[in-house]
Amino acid sequence: MSSVFFQCFQALLMVLLAPLVAGFLSTVKARLQNRHGAGIMQPWRDIRKLFAKEVVLAEHASWIFRFTPYVVFTATVMAASVAPALLLHTPLSLTADVIALVALLALARFFLALAGMDIGTAFGGMGSSREMTFSALAEPAMLMSVLVLAIGAHSTNITTMVTHTLTTPLLIQPSIAFALAAMLMITIAETGRIPIDNPTTHLELTMIHEAMLLEYSGRHLALMEWASMVKLLLFATLIIDLFMPWGISSEASLIGVALALVIWLFKLMGLLIILAVFETSLAKLRLFEVPQYLGTAFVLSFLGLMIHYMLEVGV
Amino acid sequence: MTQSLALNVSLLSCLTVIIAAIAAPMLQHQRTIQRALLCCLVGLAGIFSCVAGFTGLMYGGGSILLPFGLPWLPMHLRLDALGAFFLLVIGSLVLPVAIYSQGYLRHEKRLTPLAIFLPLFILGMMGVVLSDDAFTFMLFWELMSVSSYFLVTHEHQHPENRKAGFIYLLMAHMAGLLIMGSFATLYATSGSFEFSTMRDAQLSPLWASIAFLLAGFGFGTKAGVVPMHGWLPDAHPVAPSNVSALMSGIMLKVAIFGFIRITWDLMGSGDFQWWWGALVLAAGSSSAVSGVLMALQQHDLKRLLAYHSIENIGIILIGLGLAMLLAHFDHNTLAALGLIAALYHTINHALFKGLLFMGAGAVLHSTGSRNMEAMGGLIHRMPWTAALFLVACISISALPPFNGFVSEWLIFQTALMAPQLGGALLTAIVPFSAAMLALAGALAATCFVKVFGVVFLGHARSNIAANAKEVDSWMLVGMAIPALCCLLLGVLPAIFIPIIDHVPQLLLHTSLTSAANGQAIDATQWLWLTPIDAAHASYSAPIILFGILLLGGVAFWWLHPKGTTIRRSKMWSCGNPHTHARMQYNATSFSQPLRRIFTDLYQPDEHEHAERHEHPLLTTRVKYVVHVSDMAVKHLYQPIGHVTLWVAKAIRHEHQRGIHAYLTYTFATVLLLLAVFA
Repeated sequence: MSSVFFQCFQALLMVLLAPLVAGFLSTVKARLQNRHGAGIMQPWRDIRKLFAKEVVLAEHASWIFRFTPYVVFTATVMAASVAPALLLHTPLSLTADVIALVALLALARFFLALAGMDIGTAFGGMGSSREMTFSALAEPAMLMSVLVLAIGAHSTNITTMVTHTLTTPLLIQPSIAFALAAMLMITIAETGRIPIDNPTTHLELTMIHEAMLLEYSGRHLALMEWASMVKLLLFATLIIDLFMPWGISSEASLIGVALALVIWLFKLMGLLIILAVFETSLAKLRLFEVPQYLGTAFVLSFLGLMIHYMLEVGV
Repeated sequence: MTQSLALNVSLLSCLTVIIAAIAAPMLQHQRTIQRALLCCLVGLAGIFSCVAGFTGLMYGGGSILLPFGLPWLPMHLRLDALGAFFLLVIGSLVLPVAIYSQGYLRHEKRLTPLAIFLPLFILGMMGVVLSDDAFTFMLFWELMSVSSYFLVTHEHQHPENRKAGFIYLLMAHMAGLLIMGSFATLYATSGSFEFSTMRDAQLSPLWASIAFLLAGFGFGTKAGVVPMHGWLPDAHPVAPSNVSALMSGIMLKVAIFGFIRITWDLMGSGDFQWWWGALVLAAGSSSAVSGVLMALQQHDLKRLLAYHSIENIGIILIGLGLAMLLAHFDHNTLAALGLIAALYHTINHALFKGLLFMGAGAVLHSTGSRNMEAMGGLIHRMPWTAALFLVACISISALPPFNGFVSEWLIFQTALMAPQLGGALLTAIVPFSAAMLALAGALAATCFVKVFGVVFLGHARSNIAANAKEVDSWMLVGMAIPALCCLLLGVLPAIFIPIIDHVPQLLLHTSLTSAANGQAIDATQWLWLTPIDAAHASYSAPIILFGILLLGGVAFWWLHPKGTTIRRSKMWSCGNPHTHARMQYNATSFSQPLRRIFTDLYQPDEHEHAERHEHPLLTTRVKYVVHVSDMAVKHLYQPIGHVTLWVAKAIRHEHQRGIHAYLTYTFATVLLLLAVFA
């Protein structure tokens, strides 16, 4: 019964912590750029403000446009509650394996892109076209890089994969290094960070994610923004789970979970600081160099898969 | 000679379509009655084949000898698990298409050709599935091919339809020839046309490989495997939409059935060689990716869907190829999983592609156009069609909780569970096919965002789209049935897989559901889909669907202020709401980034022309024309066509000789025959 409680706690934590994570990231970025920054709570304040604001819909917006924020938010939160962050054996981890998790995110993106095309502005269509094109290259790369670990663990179940990593002796496996490199590249692309997309920009001709949200307002916009923050936290948690899970609690006890929470937060902060350094030191890629970037990630993850088969099977 | 309920019902369904083919054309002068009778009888046949297929799978079939056919070869019919499964696939689409046709054919002027050839076409497909000797098989196979030719050229007043029909007939007959060659190989070893004798005969590896290759290329042509797909993108769009739904939804599957029948059943998994599976896997991977890449560049709605059929046949072949490889290396449980995944995708594709073609037909019916660039905003004029079409779009894009995801997930699981099979090529090709499957799935989602976004969302791009009307309720009901099935098959796979599981029991003598394999899939555990065991992988669509509904419902209820209506205003569009409908992204611009990324594959033919009248810097008008042609047609079909024409030209004067020359030809032929056979 306590595992159910911790499951709910973990899912709630992921959702509520996500704006803080985004705030932390932008604060670190601000400090790196010698600015003071708006503070770690700013995304929360933004979301609260948006929830209070009135919704204005375009005259011919269809039900797709009104439905999409709920679908995007729900699918992302479902995906986030499946990934184990604190407790290893959560009840929900069986409902969706890592392929289903990627597919849930794809479902969210599918509706997001449809909503971008619903109003019929040039910007919306542009955002949808780019988002779907780039995700068509990013999603297989992400699956491949996750599958490197899945084949090693003989399972696509995240809990089993984490257990496998925890129980095998720590060896430097080249395949996992390739998979990690690919996964990091994909995370940057999928969460719309520099050098692929810039989350802080509006009205740039190179925008991708923001272009689809341009027509949203009020609570709809709040849900969309919140979902993208949850997605960032989910990707960070996935990297932690798959590549450095040490510290996750294997039993549903209060002390174990509290300890896991502290360790998880530290790892999360570490990842976010690395991301902030990346974002500050890199310039945005030209739009048509993005496919090469994603292609590199795909080839890296595929090489990881091949190396695993060639060198490591049976070791 | 065992008869059973299932077999009798399947014969009854054949009889119903025969009655339809005879009775409906007689009512030529009462179009309303003719249409009602045709649709009613065909729908009845669909129900019968569903019942026959289901009972055949659950309680076993039987066999019967009918006193037709050659004097020394009566017609052998048999219903086994494999045939019953495909009969179920046929029935599950024929029924909704029949209901749909009642509305779709309302304004059809020339109903009689359809009333003859539509039932015959369905009879051909049912007959192929039921046949138990090579002669009967080929008889029904050709009935299916020829009657579908007449359906493709139904609107023969357009020259391009006649051309598409001709290419289709040509390639269907080449395919028929290859399949006949495959049967001839089996006949040479067994000495009988009957399948039961062929099954028992032992083939040498060389002859087995020849039979496999002939069957592979023959059925592959009919199924539209790249590069033998040339006929498909031309033939599907020009047929009436209810016929396209049947052709794409089930005729291609009948080709898959034939392939499974010859390789898995008549030759048996013991005869498999390692490169067979590898070849099928390679063909599947290349079809899946190139099919979807070509689909992305289409702006004819039905042509786009036709290319997606190529993609999905590729996905089915990836599953089959994995199963063949695993069966060769004696991993029978995993092979059964791969086979089930392929069959599950077969029925899924029949349902959602049938639905997509019916939806495209509804759009064509109310706008009169297949050109996506002329549409837009149809969700406001055709809300029900849009909702049903969206279900199919989500299903084919392999997104949970719909059915396309389940079958692709099962194929992924098969590829991942596959142990190392030995040899560098095999080691590489299994993960490579999984990568290609992932790529095809993601690109399919891109393509269907484009389809739905351009056709149903945004503003109308032309008057025909602005004046579209919702279709009648017959057509909507016809589309609602497969949409509901898509959801059911997606949410409750653990109930349907034990039914399909009878096919691997027949072909591999392995079951995923039996206790011998530990636990595996169990119908009582309807909540969970666990292909091997829960620690390996599990997926619970009901919980995910419930979670999405619950979370989404709570969020909606909590956030929705009661009593206040949402303010509607002009669109913001970055402060410039005065946009023109033609400024929207359309099908060509949506796929422009991909055209640029895959330039080497597409080799697009682009022309840009800017008019500058008053001043060299003042552009008054810009014209951009792009054409992406099918590389296989350009580099394979056209050269073959040119060579054929060249040879024909070179020898054509031989035709114009006098009677003496013709007598000489006859004499020479007789001599040759005597020399060979005497």
